[in-house]
Amino acid sequence: MSEKAISLHYEIDGNNFTVAGQASSSIKKVLKQLGVAPEVIRKVAISMYEGEINTIIHGKGGVADVTISSESIIIVFKDNGPGIPDIEKAMQSGFSTASDEARELGFGAGMGLPNMKKYSDNMTIESEVGKGTTVTLTVNLQ
Amino acid sequence: MTVKEFAEKNGMHFLSCGETELEISGCYIGDLLSLAMSRVECGNAWLTVQGNVNIAGVAALTEPSCIILVEDRTLDENTETKAKEQGINILSTELSAYDVACRLYEQCQ
Repeated sequence: MSEKAISLHYEIDGNNFTVAGQASSSIKKVLKQLGVAPEVIRKVAISMYEGEINTIIHGKGGVADVTISSESIIIVFKDNGPGIPDIEKAMQSGFSTASDEARELGFGAGMGLPNMKKYSDNMTIESEVGKGTTVTLTVNLQ
Repeated sequence: MTVKEFAEKNGMHFLSCGETELEISGCYIGDLLSLAMSRVECGNAWLTVQGNVNIAGVAALTEPSCIILVEDRTLDENTETKAKEQGINILSTELSAYDVACRLYEQCQ
């Protein structure tokens, strides 16, 4: 892989469940082309998909910026949603504040953030109530 | 056994067709997409009652050999469009997930 980092930017529409997964699918294709190991691609795809869904369900839309370097893949989700009042609680598996609509679609099981943590090598959450949330995921390549 | 062979043998029809000669290896049953996202393995048959468009998103990332929509559930219109675009195999059956899983176990050894 080239030494130069690749940066990709995605807009995530907050009201459209039908486009969820587009950014993760796109990243998956790029990583495949770069010859990244399948298990790393799986980790990125899972955590990226969950991040997209969270950005739609909770963040009311936002952006995802992905940086691929020879050492790692860093994904930053940024939304202007309501923020997370209690991050520790939000991290608990099974805890969810998702709407009935989201639940009917098979989301809202309280797995999103725990999955993102599980399938990344590092995760940080910065959130301010009323302003929004930024989640940064790092998946190591080495 | 391939997706096509399994479909024919068990009277299932394709709601969306991709590469129908893919081998089925194992299965995952579940309707919660976050769980399915992390549990469906490449090559699995994924058995679900969910027909919404996000199953196509999950399948595009996890690469099951097919999705089997059990209990005669139907696909949302945009799911069919998206699945066809992405070449995802989706089968339909009146059988329950348990019955399909038993058949997979018996026939896909």
